[in-house]
Amino acid sequence: MAKRTNQPTTGAEPAGRDLSSENPQELQQYYAQMLLLRRFEERTSEMYTKAKIGGYCHLNLGEEATIVGLMAALTPADYIFTNYREHGYIIARGVAPGPVMAELFGKETGVSRGRGGSMHLFDATAHFMGGYAIVGGQLPLATGAAYALKYQGKPGVVVCQMGDATTNIGAWHESLNLAALWDLPVIFLVVNNGYGMGTTVDEGAAEPDLYKRGCAFRMHGERVDGTDVLAMRDATRRLRERAEQEKKPAILEAVSFRFRGHSVIDSDRYRDPEAVKQGRNANDPLPHFAHQLVLAGVVDDAWLKATASRIDQEVQEAIDFAEHSPNPKIEDLFDYMYATPVPNTPGRAEAAIIAQNAQGGR
Amino acid sequence: MAIMTYRQALNDTLGEELARDSNVVLMGEEIGKFQGSYRITEGLQSEFGKHRVVDTPIAEEGFVGLAVGAAMLGMRPIVEIMTINFILVAIDQIVNHASKIHYMFGGQVRVPLVIRTPSGGVGQLAATHSQSFENWFAYCPGLKVVAPATPYDVKGLMRSAVRDDDPVIFIESLALYDTKGEVPRDEDYTLPIGVAEVKRAGTDVTVVSYSRMTVVALQVAQNLAQEGISVEVVDLRSLRPLDRTTIIESVKKTNRAVVLEEDWYSYGIGAEIAATIQEGAFDYLDAPVLRVAGVEVPLPYAAKLSQASKPGAPDLIRAIKRVLEGGKQWPK
Repeated sequence: MAKRTNQPTTGAEPAGRDLSSENPQELQQYYAQMLLLRRFEERTSEMYTKAKIGGYCHLNLGEEATIVGLMAALTPADYIFTNYREHGYIIARGVAPGPVMAELFGKETGVSRGRGGSMHLFDATAHFMGGYAIVGGQLPLATGAAYALKYQGKPGVVVCQMGDATTNIGAWHESLNLAALWDLPVIFLVVNNGYGMGTTVDEGAAEPDLYKRGCAFRMHGERVDGTDVLAMRDATRRLRERAEQEKKPAILEAVSFRFRGHSVIDSDRYRDPEAVKQGRNANDPLPHFAHQLVLAGVVDDAWLKATASRIDQEVQEAIDFAEHSPNPKIEDLFDYMYATPVPNTPGRAEAAIIAQNAQGGR
Repeated sequence: MAIMTYRQALNDTLGEELARDSNVVLMGEEIGKFQGSYRITEGLQSEFGKHRVVDTPIAEEGFVGLAVGAAMLGMRPIVEIMTINFILVAIDQIVNHASKIHYMFGGQVRVPLVIRTPSGGVGQLAATHSQSFENWFAYCPGLKVVAPATPYDVKGLMRSAVRDDDPVIFIESLALYDTKGEVPRDEDYTLPIGVAEVKRAGTDVTVVSYSRMTVVALQVAQNLAQEGISVEVVDLRSLRPLDRTTIIESVKKTNRAVVLEEDWYSYGIGAEIAATIQEGAFDYLDAPVLRVAGVEVPLPYAAKLSQASKPGAPDLIRAIKRVLEGGKQWPK
C-alpha cells in the first residue's frame, strides 16, 4: 500500500530561540522534570532486567517534552486519564517517584497499593484517574468524567491521553461523537510516536494525519511537536481554555519518536537500527532544550551537572523506597473487592486460608 | 399493599431515586422522548428533564463507558441497555473497566453504577434478540448481579443497587414486565444484594431458579402440590454474590434438587448451582441434580422450533418427577 504521508518530523528547533518572555525558574523546572522522567525510565528498564519489576512495562523515553509540557498547562482541578505508557505522566503530575516505583515493584506502598502494576497507576488526590491497558478503554471513561464535570458545574477539564493506534478503535469514534455532541470539556491527546507496537501509523490509519480525524465529529484538532516542551505547553493551554470556557472538546496530536521497542521486552527488530539511532538523535527533547537554555543564559553547565546529580539521587531514593517497602499481604487479598460490603463475598477469613496454603507466600 | 406490575415497580423506583439524589441520572437509547422501548422510563424525562433522563446515541460501548467515568467522579448513573443482546458491544467497559477499577487502583475510587437490561426471550424474537447472558457477568468478580422475579423484589433490589457504591448489573425480563404483585405503599424498604429467598417452602424437592424462571417454578410448585408433591422454591435474586448457604440448606432438607434456568444448558448458571450443591450437600443427595435449561441452538424464529427450544413448566415437571423416582437410569 502506498504511504499517504510521511511521518511528521519533530525537533530540529533552531537553537537560538527567544526565551525572554519566559520565567527562567519555570524553564529550569521543565528541564529538571524532563530529566527526572528520563532517568526514572532508564532505571525502570534496569530494574526490569533485574527482575524487580514484572509483567508488561512501557517506557516514556522520548516523550518527556510532551508530558512535561502537558502538565505545565493543567490546573489541579483537571483530571487525567492515560493508557498503559504512563509512568512519566503520574510523576509529572506531582506524584512522588517513590510510590510510583513501589507500584512497579508490586509493593503495598505503591500508588495502587501493588494491585495495579506498571499499566494501572492511579492517584485520586492528583486527579490522576488511571493508566488503562485495554487500547481505547480510557476514552469513554474520560468522556464520562468530562460529562460529570459539566453536570456538576465544576471547573476544570479532562485530558485523555492515548497512543496513535488508538485512533483506529471503535471507542475512539463513539467517545469523540459523544464529546462533540454533548459539548464536553475533554482534550483527546494523541501521542504519535510513529508506531502501534510494530505497525506504523500509515499502515493502520486511513487518515494518517491523526489530528484531522475529528472532522467526522466537527471537532477541532491540531498537531504539535511533542519534543518541544514549550510548544506542547502552549497548545495545551489554548485547548484547555477553550474546553473549559466554551465546553468544546479537541484533539491534540503530539508527535515524538519512540526511543526503544514497544515495551521493555520488545527487541525492536522490525525497525532499522540505524534509522532508530538517527531518529533518537534528531528527536531527543533533552539535549535540544538544554542547548536552548544554555544559549539563553537560563542555565549553565554547572547547573546542568548539579541537576543531573540531584535527579540521579532522587531516582535512587525512589528505588530504595520501593526496595524496602513491604509486599502486600495475602491476608488482604480481598480488600477493595467491593466498596459496599454485601453478604456472601469472600473476606478476611477466606484470605487467611489462602495465605496459609500459599507456598512461599509473602 | 398495592398491586402493581413489574414495569410499574421499576418506573416508580427510578423516579423515586431521581428525586432522592441529584447525582442519579438515567441514560440509554430511546428512554426519554420515546419513553423507553418497553416503557420502563415512561414520563420520567418530562418530570425530571433532559439532563436527568438522557437520550443517548446508539453507542453502547461509548455511553456505558461514559457512565463508568461519570460514576468515578461521584455521579450515580443508571444505564438502560435496551436488551441484554446489545450489551456485548459494551462488555469491555463492564468487564475490563467497571468491575476492576475499585480493586485494581487499590480502593481509591468507586464506581456506583447500575446497568439495567432485560434478558431472555419472548415471542418470536429469534437468535440475536432472545439470549440470556447474565452468567457472563455473574462470572466476573467486582460486579454485582441481581435478577428479581417479582415487583416487590424489583423495588427492594433496585433501591439497593442505586445506593450501592459498586457496579450492579440489574437483570430484568421482557416476559415479566406485565406481571403483577403486591408492593407496600409508601415504604422505603431495601433488599440485600447477595441473599437468596425461599419463595415457597417444601419438603420433597428443591427447585433453584431466578427471574422469570422463578415465576414458572412457583406455578409448577402450586400445581404439583395438588398431586401431593411438595416443592421448595429457592429464588436466587442475586447471581453474584451467590447465596450458597440458602441453596445448600434447602437441599439438605429436601435431598433432591432441580435447577430451572432460561440460559443455555452448558456452562450456564445451573452448572454453578449443581457444583455448589455437590460440594455442600453431597451426602444429603438422594438423586443427581438436574438442570432444565435452554436447548443449545441459536434460537430459531419459527414458532414451533422456538417453543421447543425454550425451557418451560412441562420440562420442569418431568425433571422433578425424575429426581423423585430416584434409583433409575440417568441418561441426559
